[in-house]
Amino acid sequence: MRIDSVADILRRQRADRTRLLDMLWEVQRGYGHIPDEAVEVLAKGLNLSPHDVRETASFYHFFHDRPTGRHRIYLCDSVTAKMSGHAEVAQALERETGERFGEARAGGDFSLFHTACIGLSDQEPAMLVDEVVFTRLKRGKVADIVAQLRAGRRPAEIANPAALPTDDVAYVDTLVESNIRTRGPVFFRGLTDHQATLRRALDQRPEQILDAVDASNLRGRGGAGFSTGLKWRLCRDAIGTTKYLICNADEGEPGTFKDRVLLTRSPRDVFVGMVIAAWAIGCRSGICYLRAEYVYLLPYLERQLQNLRDEGLLGRAIGGREGFDFDIRIQIGAGAYICGDESALIESCEGKRGTPRVKPPFPVHQGFLGQPTCVNNVETFACVTRIVEEGPAWFRALGTADSSGTRLLSVAGDCAKPGIYEVEWGISLGEVLKLVGASDAMAVQVSGPSGECVAARDESARRIAYEDLSCNGAFTVFDHRRDLLQIVRDFMAFFVDESCGICVPCRVGNVDLLRKVERVIGGKACARDLDEMVEWGALLRKTSRCGLGTTSPKPILTTLQKFRPIYDARLVQASGPLLPSFDVDAALAAHEQALTTVLGAR
Amino acid sequence: MKKVRLRIDGVEVSAEAGQNLVDVAADHGVFIPTLCYMRDKPCLGTCRVCSVKVNGQVNAACTVRAAPDMQVAVDEPELNDMRRSLVELLFAEGNHNCPSCEKSGRCQLQAAGYETDMLVSRFEYRFTPRQPDHASDTIWLERDRCIFCQRCVEHVRDRASGRKIFSISGRGSKSRIEIDVELANRMSPEQVREAVELCPVGTILQKRVGHDVPIGRRKFEVQTLRERTLGHARNQEQADEDRIA
Repeated sequence: MRIDSVADILRRQRADRTRLLDMLWEVQRGYGHIPDEAVEVLAKGLNLSPHDVRETASFYHFFHDRPTGRHRIYLCDSVTAKMSGHAEVAQALERETGERFGEARAGGDFSLFHTACIGLSDQEPAMLVDEVVFTRLKRGKVADIVAQLRAGRRPAEIANPAALPTDDVAYVDTLVESNIRTRGPVFFRGLTDHQATLRRALDQRPEQILDAVDASNLRGRGGAGFSTGLKWRLCRDAIGTTKYLICNADEGEPGTFKDRVLLTRSPRDVFVGMVIAAWAIGCRSGICYLRAEYVYLLPYLERQLQNLRDEGLLGRAIGGREGFDFDIRIQIGAGAYICGDESALIESCEGKRGTPRVKPPFPVHQGFLGQPTCVNNVETFACVTRIVEEGPAWFRALGTADSSGTRLLSVAGDCAKPGIYEVEWGISLGEVLKLVGASDAMAVQVSGPSGECVAARDESARRIAYEDLSCNGAFTVFDHRRDLLQIVRDFMAFFVDESCGICVPCRVGNVDLLRKVERVIGGKACARDLDEMVEWGALLRKTSRCGLGTTSPKPILTTLQKFRPIYDARLVQASGPLLPSFDVDAALAAHEQALTTVLGAR
Repeated sequence: MKKVRLRIDGVEVSAEAGQNLVDVAADHGVFIPTLCYMRDKPCLGTCRVCSVKVNGQVNAACTVRAAPDMQVAVDEPELNDMRRSLVELLFAEGNHNCPSCEKSGRCQLQAAGYETDMLVSRFEYRFTPRQPDHASDTIWLERDRCIFCQRCVEHVRDRASGRKIFSISGRGSKSRIEIDVELANRMSPEQVREAVELCPVGTILQKRVGHDVPIGRRKFEVQTLRERTLGHARNQEQADEDRIA
């Protein structure tokens, strides 16, 4: 790539700062990393200091500031990947490429990186090669892929030997499985007449749509469970010149992948849901924020949007209604779990670091570019389409009093049938375990690391509903072979990696909590360490700025509560006045070494 | 401005609706320690050292706006310990050697340590080596002491272009403050002094100026952080009264 092309990128994006992530992606595609010379050009064009461009770029783990090999390989090292043979695949990758993880260098054919959950927990081990994904990896498959790449074939050619068009669902199906195990009543019905559903929506006044969403009792499916009707109403009533609608497709919670499947199998349910929301709230502009890990869906989703435009369901004068203009653009992220937080996601849409904002003001009042902005999850929009189609009473009749409708579960881990399940809210933990064929379950991580670890047998009567065990969709099963402490360690390491760093308790405290877990695993902890984990965990839960820090201690706190004996078994007694974790020899060795250095230099 | 009535530690006070709780408390003689917040500047909400309870929920006081009938708790053993813990986290994270620091006696972290009755950090001291940046002509960036409050990033700009002089790189515990040397070299001596004063700790230092004020006469030695915070409120009140008169 030549430096003139960077100026072209800038021109094409009209030197619009909000598109900085797109520009950085283009630069990286061209150079293999983001070099200083390109940063200089971008900074000048955007009236930023070069460091300010780096401020954004360095936040996202898919952007590299140093040269990498011709192909960048990101192997998922999530907990489920490790349960499915990650170690063997990592070894094979290092052997076949001759490279080592975490030691990227320029000039070679490959650079190897580890990455957190890429939304394929039901088909791990999986890896991204540049912008293509490969699943169910084994040693032989890795050797074959690497050999083909070395021979000059592009990743897309290897994954898609039939050369299917990349905007076709068949292409997506070639790369990844959907694994839908149950369908309906709300999702994956496949027979929806979106034209008619949208007409039905537009025949109603926006106020009537708001009433219908209120009456359905729909709650946001991202995890927090905020009332969708209320959110829309607040945004509609907020004062602003332009209102924005954002679909949160930054599905980053380890263990969840249902949004990927919804976008693959029912993209129109999602996008038409957005159009209905735009009508109800009064939005003219929409963004679908898609995590970079799902970039292989991009051509397919762009095609879906174009089809909707061609059918008059998106764009200018939607449904033939003069004055109702609304369009959606897709924003690709660049690797940051925190962007799932709605205010962090908005910052990222503005081309900045994904730092959660101080609230208030809330996004419904001051969101994207300071304007009223409504952010909803992929699944929430799909629900809206069905609510308009079937009516709010139908929707509300499903589920429980406080949790209406159904919930998509992303089931993975130790069970016979991992994949996507649609369940009515209120289903018991035991029923789900039976459904998915988890006969030897010890623990279930409900809602991913930020959720709750529950004891499969003792808590099997608990109901999945906001009233009891709330669930954001992730449902990961661990059987009796698994080392829960190691899993807790990995979850804490994940939070340390993904903390944005802006607030003290989360940035600093998670590192201390991780060290404590490692101390327990290393057999150096005493009872006091466990007490401190509880105290420090409470500190983070109460004082952190956003949902990451207020939930990150939960892997520790919930396992300590439910599985205390596995911690106790690793504790040691303090002998004498020193803590067992204090290594006297190491401490004295440092002094010895310093003396030697000083005396040796003399 | 609309006035609202709320309670701080059980005492009823009145405040302007929308005023943040750090200011409201200070105006009524209740001290809440802060590290990132500066009166009359936009709230940063990064240090969380001003954590209080609002209607039973812990919140950073600088981010909460006064509203009718709010119940605010500041002086409770649990909250006092929480605020102390947050200060302790910072002492363990960075490398803070007060006796040798140019900012000793003028450092808000040190002052907050005294105000929260911190003796020693309960967290493990990390002693992580951090690189200083001395490339600028006038500013020495001593990262060992940085508490990542964001004051310099958010409140300092190149006056001609509006660009950031200080910025962030990296993420999470690996993130750090960067300085744009070209823009820093264009700062006026006055702006440099402002940046030094704005930094709550000894990270932004003016080159060729060291321990220029003798021990005993430094900022927080002359007047404690508590006295300053409450005094500022009193001065403000006096100024308002003078203006009205």
